[in-house]
Amino acid sequence: MKRVYMDNGATTPTDPEILEAMKPYFTDIFGNASSFHSFGREARNAITEARDSVAKLIGADDSREIVFTSGGTESDNYAIKGVAEALEKKGKHIITSSIEHHAVLHTCQYLEKKKGFEVTYLAVDEDGMVNPQDVKDAIKEDTILITIMMANNEVGTIQPIAEIGKIAKEAGVTFHTDAVQAVGTIPVDVNELNVDLLSLSGHKFNAPKGIGALYIRKGTKVAKYLHGGAQERNRRATTENVPGIVGLGKACEIALNTMDEKSAKLTVLRDRLISGIEEQVDYVKLNGHRTERLPGNVNFSIRYIEGESILMKLDLEGIAASSGSACTSGSLDPSHVLLAMGLTHEVAHGSLRLTLGKYNTEEDVDRVLDVLPKVVTDLRAMSPIYNG
Amino acid sequence: MYSDKVMEHFQNPRNVGEISDADGVGTVGNAKCGDIMKMFIKVEDNIITDVKFKTFGCGAAIATSSMATELAVGKTVEEALELTNKAVAEALDGLPPAKMHCSNLAADALKKAINNYLGIETDDSDEDHHHHHGHDEF
Repeated sequence: MKRVYMDNGATTPTDPEILEAMKPYFTDIFGNASSFHSFGREARNAITEARDSVAKLIGADDSREIVFTSGGTESDNYAIKGVAEALEKKGKHIITSSIEHHAVLHTCQYLEKKKGFEVTYLAVDEDGMVNPQDVKDAIKEDTILITIMMANNEVGTIQPIAEIGKIAKEAGVTFHTDAVQAVGTIPVDVNELNVDLLSLSGHKFNAPKGIGALYIRKGTKVAKYLHGGAQERNRRATTENVPGIVGLGKACEIALNTMDEKSAKLTVLRDRLISGIEEQVDYVKLNGHRTERLPGNVNFSIRYIEGESILMKLDLEGIAASSGSACTSGSLDPSHVLLAMGLTHEVAHGSLRLTLGKYNTEEDVDRVLDVLPKVVTDLRAMSPIYNG
Repeated sequence: MYSDKVMEHFQNPRNVGEISDADGVGTVGNAKCGDIMKMFIKVEDNIITDVKFKTFGCGAAIATSSMATELAVGKTVEEALELTNKAVAEALDGLPPAKMHCSNLAADALKKAINNYLGIETDDSDEDHHHHHGHDEF
């Protein structure tokens, strides 16, 4: 049975070209970038090159504005806690949205509960869109940070970041965006977006896991995060993950050259999947914005059945997907994103997320369209709340 | 995370369906997790001769419903009333801890169907899942 992987929103396979670029940095070019000798210099040069590639992909003016991290969660934590600590004398109010990734939400909740900050969690509309006017209205005298994600990981909705960034800039409030799902897939330009801080993660666009970056615009006040050595211009102590950094650099280089092509391909596959599901399965609802959405994101609520059962049936057919169902996570509550978009518990439990990546093909889409309707029919036949 | 037995019952659930002339029917639901189970029983000479179920829920919910029907068939009404959710889980070689609360309601559904057969009024407070039945038709 040919397996179909449609959970690229969770992680992507490492591109063989990226893996090849990384390989020498495990063995031949293994130096510690902080070392004085030639081994160290080789590693340092590789980091500099990778930093340039990351800066170029996101339109940063200066590659020194890029700090390598272990991934999206660390970047989000660094940005939010760092700004909070640096500016707490100025104010203790933070604005975010109710559909952020847990890396943002839980960090904000930590600051609220443990550090006495006040956080405004903005509501979203039924498409999962933040209204820039709501951001403007929420700004107070003591607002020090606005953090709104660029694209939602579950429903793929792309936020009006440039507009929100303009509002933040005019108000003189630091603006962070979690662009983990966006970078490498859609164009991201830190100047056009008016962001001061931006989080990105390698494994979402075919670099390995465990490497990410935080863009910090020159002049932005952010408290030091890890204490120790003077790595990353004294902003993040710890020996650099050189192979990972090289991998991220290569991924950015590839993304810069192939993004248009990749995005166009994913959009075609996505729309084929969306229309196929809508044609073949009744009582379904597309979650997220129909057009302002990530090229590879498909998220449906499928009524009268439950998400984990759908995933298990698909998995038995070799198809990997994900769900906002509570039963697929440790918690008993369904996706906070779907609930924030106004879905009832019951409908939110029956959600299915299919996220396409650059290795998916038309055949993969056809396989899902062949299998999914049967899975839905089987489960509905068993459902006490479905009446044909 | 699931035992082979859970997977087997999920893949090939026994006794799915409805009994149109059932002697007893019971529905239970869990508001938070959203699982809903409906059990139908036929009783002859105090023996449960047939059980069918319909379940909205996760893999564990479907597997526990299936196992409960298997365990109940052939038992006397009194024996079947003794069946616990724990016994159903054990018959499936165990369930992940979180699933014990949210998906293993099968014995409760069976008990409700038996009580319905016996004419015993049961508390409907555990059916507050109806709050979540939205009006968002699509």
